[in-house]
Amino acid sequence: MKVLVPVKRVIDPNVRPRVKADGSGVDLANIKMAMNPFCEIAVEEAVRMKEKGVVTEIVLVSIGPAQAQETIRIGLAMGGDRGILVQTDVAVEPLAVAKILAKIVEAEQPGLVITGKQAIDDDANQTGQMLAALLGWPQGAFASAVAMDGEKLKVTREVDGGLQTVSLSLPAVVTTDLRLNEPRFASLPNIMKAKKKPIETKSPADYGVDVTPRLTVVKVAEPKKREAGEKVADVDALIAKLKSVGAI
Amino acid sequence: MAVLVLAEHNNAALNDATAKTVAAAQAFGGDIDVLVAGHNAKAAADAAAKLAGVRKVIHVEGEAFSHALAEAVEALVVPMMSGYDAFFAPATTTGKNVAPRIAAKLDVMQISEITKVVDTSTFERPIYAGNAIMTVKSADAKKVVTVRATAFQAAAGAGSASVESAAAPAGPFKATFVSEELQKSDRPELASAKRVVSGGRALASAEQFDQYILPLADKLGAGVGASRAAVDAGYAPNDFQVGQTGKVVAPELYIAIGISGAIQHLAGMKDSKIIVAINKDEEAPIFQIADYALVGDLFKIVPELTSKL
Repeated sequence: MKVLVPVKRVIDPNVRPRVKADGSGVDLANIKMAMNPFCEIAVEEAVRMKEKGVVTEIVLVSIGPAQAQETIRIGLAMGGDRGILVQTDVAVEPLAVAKILAKIVEAEQPGLVITGKQAIDDDANQTGQMLAALLGWPQGAFASAVAMDGEKLKVTREVDGGLQTVSLSLPAVVTTDLRLNEPRFASLPNIMKAKKKPIETKSPADYGVDVTPRLTVVKVAEPKKREAGEKVADVDALIAKLKSVGAI
Repeated sequence: MAVLVLAEHNNAALNDATAKTVAAAQAFGGDIDVLVAGHNAKAAADAAAKLAGVRKVIHVEGEAFSHALAEAVEALVVPMMSGYDAFFAPATTTGKNVAPRIAAKLDVMQISEITKVVDTSTFERPIYAGNAIMTVKSADAKKVVTVRATAFQAAAGAGSASVESAAAPAGPFKATFVSEELQKSDRPELASAKRVVSGGRALASAEQFDQYILPLADKLGAGVGASRAAVDAGYAPNDFQVGQTGKVVAPELYIAIGISGAIQHLAGMKDSKIIVAINKDEEAPIFQIADYALVGDLFKIVPELTSKL
């Protein structure tokens, strides 16, 4: 089975984002970028399925600027086989991403698409579900375990009250939650090998998808700051304070 | 103008997030209909009819809806949307699972986890794990929105809307429910609890988490939360996780114990009314947002606090 894994280039999760003074967005100039952590989990899961012999080929897709090629390379070093870069400088919204991915799915015919559940920049949590809907496929969103079960895929999902397990007919879309796996670090030899793996470059127009945003950013602001309060000396002082403000 | 609100419920009862999503829909304006799709869910439908400001409740029965499978809810809602200008769902794991499918089928760019309705096309929502608040204006004819429940005051329970039945879409669907493991607890539900006691990595084991956090929570009648670090280490189950990728809570009292305060965690609790932090590290970032900071050994402080309350 072929697996398609979309990967997004985002701000490094260890970097604290700063809002631009003019309120137009978050400052990404000269900021360290990385693969979205949930996408890393998606790549790892695909690689593990390949190691188990369930998956034969892993195709990575990134939609973004020329530098998104580096993000694909990371995935190739983790064990992906080849990449497709859909190059654009537009900040493509999840709906348009899903439309491009649907066209790639038509061409590539994978049996499974594994996406991250959300990107840590826009926190939209939409792409995988949208792709599944556009394709008329079932979905296992927020997966913490994935296993083949005969012809079906069994997906355990992290839901508000605990865990839910669903059975999906294939092809299907799975979106990854944090506890699905712990992504590996790419070894130096694998990073070297990944440099030789093929990456095809395309544009949104090649797929006939209009990526014009539907949402206009009116402004981006700092969240309301919360001031640090006071230190209390001991448990008695804490209880007294809490009583005085009616919290207990 | 009319809004369709997807109810969050467990068939027997309506989840608190529904009343808050109705409140967000009221801020949007127009007639509000609430969709209760479930299995033996009459009690939930009747509860939805009592929410203030609801025009009618649409009650749909079907086995596929007993666990709100996204494929079935999409098939139900998409044809209904010809009569509505907006679809509002709570940003629970159910709403997040379902809403993007509906948006894609309607060719609408969804607006996720709104915290404020500015006008009928403009909304505020947190991005970058709450490190920035974005105001966006949608150019789509219909709006598909998920609502961060903690940002809205629940609609009052003073209404008396009519309940209409509607037919369920024909299956079969390509996904089927297998099983669920829900945490059973007499404690208040984390997302809507008035008080929350959360433990972090400093608890150092599942046994100590239970031994120190649970008695304090029970004494306060509080829900129990955990940091991602504590959940990843296996000290607490995943549905305890408070944070950007877990649950977002805003109780009247939040007690963070042995939690350093990673951005990820703060994003999930910084809107709490009063925050107490107990940590031995004076430099822990949690103290920068805590109203009351107690620096010291949690293994001494927490039992003392529990016994003196």
